[in-house]
Amino acid sequence: MVKIVNSPEGLEGQGFFATSFDKVIGLARANSLWPLPFATSCCGIEFMATMGPNYDLARFGSERMSFSPRQADLLIVAGTISKKLGPVLKKVYDQMAEPKWVLSVGACASSGGIFDTYSVLQGIDHVIPVDVYVPGCPPRPEQIIEGVLKIQELAKNESLRRRDSAEYKKMLESYNIEQQ
Amino acid sequence: MPDFFENTRTIIEAVDDSASYSLDNWNEHNFIVSSDLLFDVIKALKENGYQYLIDLTGAHYPDTEYEYQVVYHVQNLIENLRVRIKVNLTTEKNEVSSIVDLYNAANWMERETFDFYGIIFTGHPNLKRILNLDDMDYHPMRKEYKLEDETRNDKSDKYFGR
Repeated sequence: MVKIVNSPEGLEGQGFFATSFDKVIGLARANSLWPLPFATSCCGIEFMATMGPNYDLARFGSERMSFSPRQADLLIVAGTISKKLGPVLKKVYDQMAEPKWVLSVGACASSGGIFDTYSVLQGIDHVIPVDVYVPGCPPRPEQIIEGVLKIQELAKNESLRRRDSAEYKKMLESYNIEQQ
Repeated sequence: MPDFFENTRTIIEAVDDSASYSLDNWNEHNFIVSSDLLFDVIKALKENGYQYLIDLTGAHYPDTEYEYQVVYHVQNLIENLRVRIKVNLTTEKNEVSSIVDLYNAANWMERETFDFYGIIFTGHPNLKRILNLDDMDYHPMRKEYKLEDETRNDKSDKYFGR
């Protein structure tokens, strides 16, 4: 059975339906997130299971994995990021077009995890801003789906002007990221 | 012990007569040679059938007289013999000549040993860091540093009861 998302609140009558741009665009964005998997280790394997037919991330509109940052909306960082990989991750984030979201999957991406050592970045939020953290070592696919659903909530309810706001620009500045 | 191994021992001792030999618990042959003669020892081995450099790495023994060690494993594929050559280095003189001219495989392994132990391989074509960040200012596998990342600010001792 094909299930379609519910239409947003609005004014409905015979032959017309009126609502706000915020809601329509949010609905469209939330249900067609194109993820860019940045997977380095075991969390990446769990993410592959999430994409596969058993858990089927495509049900939530994330059918197409984008391996080009230019066409991606959601950066999924799954796995240990070493300090040397930090600038690469930042570059990938830089190349994504706004609006963009970041999902940090697993203990390593979120905090360095068990790798509390000189060579490992102690959480990707030292390099790029993160929207949702998924705990676990590694998290089960259900948890990753929950994380994607949280991102969908954010995308659905985001104001269209958020990315132009002073707070957002200040936040990017604190990471030394130039807005495109 | 097969005869061809005795031959190897003769080759090494012909180059460095102070080389000390020992057989470890796993029947591997170890030689400790002088750091000045290392290149000549490896060269003699290569000319006598040890055409394969299996591994090259370092070690740090703090509070000993030699402190640093570089370990070379070479193999004779025809006779199926493996020999481990060790060189002892001190803090003052942690230099040994590069063997890149003999084995190209040594290039990255020497860079790695330099990266982690700070051992200088004289004559190496491109001795710079290979695995760690270029701007790192220490050699992390030396037993002088804490394993934990010290840039971390959420690990106050009070959370860990220490």
